[in-house]
Amino acid sequence: MTFLTVVYALLFYVATGVLLFGLGYKIRQYWKTPQPLKIPTTPAPVTRSGVVIRMLKEVTVFASLFKGNKWTWLFGWTFHAALLLVLLRHLRYFQEPVWGWVRFIQPFGKYAAFAMLAGLAGLWARRFLVDRVRYISAPSDHLMLALLLGIGISGASMTFVAHADIVSLKAFFLGLIRFDWQPIPSDPLLLIHLLLVATLMIVFPYSKLLHAPGVFFSPTRNQVDNPREQRHVAPWAEELERKERRQAAAG
Amino acid sequence: MADFDIPELKEYPIIPHIQPGVMAHSKPFVAKPEFQEPLGYPGELVDNWQEKAIEKLGELKGKYRSLQVFLDACVKCGACTDKCHYYLGTADPKNMPVARQDLLRKVYRRYYTFAGKYFPKLVGAVDLTREVLDDWYAYYHQCSQCRRCSVYCPYGIDTAEISMAAREIMDSIGLGQKYCNEIIGKVFKIGNNLGLPEPALADTLEGLEEEVYEDTGVKVRYPLDEEGAEILLVTPSADFFAEPHVDGLIGYGKVFHEAGVSWTLSSYASEAANFGMFIGSYENMRRVALRIREAAIKLGVKRIVFGECGHAWRVAYSFLNTLAGPFDFLDPNYPVPQHICEFTYDLIKQGRLKFDKSENDHMVLTFHDSCNVARASRMGDFPGGQFVIPREIIKATCNHFYDMDDWGIKEATFCCGGGGGLLTDDLMEVRIKGALPRMEALKDVVENYGVTHMAAICAICKSQFTKVLPYYGFTMDQIVSVHQLVSNAIILTRGTEEPGGEAETADAA
Repeated sequence: MTFLTVVYALLFYVATGVLLFGLGYKIRQYWKTPQPLKIPTTPAPVTRSGVVIRMLKEVTVFASLFKGNKWTWLFGWTFHAALLLVLLRHLRYFQEPVWGWVRFIQPFGKYAAFAMLAGLAGLWARRFLVDRVRYISAPSDHLMLALLLGIGISGASMTFVAHADIVSLKAFFLGLIRFDWQPIPSDPLLLIHLLLVATLMIVFPYSKLLHAPGVFFSPTRNQVDNPREQRHVAPWAEELERKERRQAAAG
Repeated sequence: MADFDIPELKEYPIIPHIQPGVMAHSKPFVAKPEFQEPLGYPGELVDNWQEKAIEKLGELKGKYRSLQVFLDACVKCGACTDKCHYYLGTADPKNMPVARQDLLRKVYRRYYTFAGKYFPKLVGAVDLTREVLDDWYAYYHQCSQCRRCSVYCPYGIDTAEISMAAREIMDSIGLGQKYCNEIIGKVFKIGNNLGLPEPALADTLEGLEEEVYEDTGVKVRYPLDEEGAEILLVTPSADFFAEPHVDGLIGYGKVFHEAGVSWTLSSYASEAANFGMFIGSYENMRRVALRIREAAIKLGVKRIVFGECGHAWRVAYSFLNTLAGPFDFLDPNYPVPQHICEFTYDLIKQGRLKFDKSENDHMVLTFHDSCNVARASRMGDFPGGQFVIPREIIKATCNHFYDMDDWGIKEATFCCGGGGGLLTDDLMEVRIKGALPRMEALKDVVENYGVTHMAAICAICKSQFTKVLPYYGFTMDQIVSVHQLVSNAIILTRGTEEPGGEAETADAA
C-alpha cells in the first residue's frame, strides 16, 4: 500500500462524507424551513401535477433561463447536459459488471467532454466580456469555473491524449466501495483529475452549487397557485394566531 | 422641472453600461419615532444595531424558506441583470437584481456560512458596516418588488423577498421608511392610507351619488357601512377622490347597480392597500388584513370584492386566506376574495351588462399589466386569467384597443416605477427613471397605433403615471381606470324610471 493510495483513499472517504452530510444538512434545513406565504411566480400551475411539469421544465431545459438570456442558456444548458452524460459515463468505474445502458452511452459521454468544456468556456467568457456580469462576479465565481474546467481538461486529456491505467483505477474505486483498498495508479493527470473532483465534492455544500438542491425548494417555482381554495399557514404563524386568541380570551 | 436628466425614450429598452454609484444618493426620508412605534419597531437606530440586524436576519431565514433558499442558490449567472426597470433607467449596477440581493447576501455569507466566515474575500462576504447599512437603505428602497427578475431566474429567486426581508431587518433596528410606516399607522388609527375618517368618506360617496345621478338620471348607490349588504367592497382609498381612480369607483358602483346586488364599503376597512407587504412585515400585514375580516363579520356580508389595486390584489388573492382566514362565514359559491374585474367579467359573459362602446370612441386604448396582478396573483379559474380578463373587459367596452409589445406586457410587464412603497415625492428621481421602459413601450403604440390612453387596474400605477407621464412628453390624463371605461360605456337599465331622469345621457366625463 503506497502513501499515495492511503492519501487518495482517505481523501475520497472524506470528500464523500462531506458531500453527503453537507448536502443532507442543507436539504434538511430547506425542508424544515416553512414558507409562510404563497408566492409562486404567476402564471403558475393550479395543480400539483402542473407544478411537477413546471419543475421538470426548469431542471431539464432551464425554461426560465431560456426566457432570460439566450447566451447564458446556451452555454449553461450545454455544460449541464454534457456534464450529466459525462457523469453517467463514469458510472462504469464504480460497477462490475457494467450496466448495458452505461456501455451504450460511453461514446456519447466521451465526446460530451468537449461540449462541457465549450459551455464552461462560454460561461467564463461572459464573466469577462459582459460588464454587468463582470461586476457581479466574485473570485469564487471565477474559481468555480476554473475548477470545473480543470476537471474537464484533465479528464478529457486522459480520454483523448494520454490514457491512464483505467483498469487499476477501477480496481481502486471498487476497493474503496468494498473497503478492500487497492493501489491507485500514479499517473499525474489522473491524480490531478481526482484531486480536483474531490475538491469539488467538498466545496459543493458550502458554495453556490447549492443551486442544485435549492431549485427544488424554490417557492416561486414549486408552489401550487391555489391560495383562495386552500388555506396555507406556517406553523409559526399558527402559533402567532394561538397566542392572540389566548390573549383575547384572557383580557 | 428636475435636478437630474430625464432619460431619453428609445424604440425599446437599451441595456445601459454600468455606472457604479450613480443612485447611491437616492434615499427616502427616515421614519420618525412616532411612525415607528405604532408598528412595533424601535423609534430610532438602536445602539447595537449591527448585532440586532444579524440576529434578525437569522430569525427571518429560519421563518422564510424563500429567504434561506434564495440567499444560497444564486450562481451569479447574470440572467436578471438587464431585467429591472430601475437598472434600465439608472444604469446603477446595484439596481441589477443580483447585485441588489448581494447587498444582503454578502452579509449573510459573512455571518452564516462557512465560506464567508473563513474566506470572506474569496466569496465576496463583508462585515455589516454603516456603509453597508446605508447601501441597504438606498437600494432596498429602489426596488418596487415587481418580481420581473424572478420570471427569468433559473431558480426563481425573487428579489422582492430579499428586499422585504431587508426592510423588515431595517425596521427592526429602528431604521424605517417614513412613507410606508406613516401610512400603515394611519390604517391602524383611521382605517385607510389617506387618513380619511368616516364622515369624509360618507360625504364623498354622497357626492358621487349626486354626480352619477346628474350624469345618468339613475340613482346608483355608493353605500357605506350598510349592515346586511351582500358584498363588501374593499378598494384603495385613492379611489375616493383621486383622478382617474374615482372614475373607476363610479364604475364599480354602476356594475353592482346593474347586477342588482346590494353592496357596501366599510369605513373601518376602507383600504385595500396593505403596505405591510412592502415592509416585509407579516405581523403588520396581518393586522391590516384582519380589519377586512372584522368588517366583513360586523357587516354580515356574504362576499368580499376588491377594487382596482395591484399589490392589494396580491395580498388579497395570495395572502388574505392565510393572514385572515378561514372565511367559512362567507358564501362558499364565490371565491374569497373576488376581484372587481372577475365580477364584471362574469356579468359580461352572462350577457347581463349592456355597453355603448362608442362612448369610449374618443380614446384608443392600451393596457398596462400591473406587476403584482401579473406576476403574483391570478384572476378567474385558469393560469393567466389576470391577463385575459381585464383585456376582455376593455374590449367589451371600447372599440379601439392595442396591446404594447410582448417584451413589456403580461408576465414580462414593466413596473410603473412607483410600486413597492416608492410612491413618495422624496423618491421622485428613481420613480421617473424607473418608468423609462414602460414609457418606451407606450411611445411605440402611440406612434404606431395612435394610442391615446393607457388603462390600468392599480392605484399606485395610476398615481405614478399621473405624475411621471408629463416628464416624458405625455399628459397626465392619458392614464385611465379600467372601470372608468366600464363606467363610460355601461347602459344603465335598472332604476331609469326615477323622477327627473334623463336616461342614457351619460357623457364621457
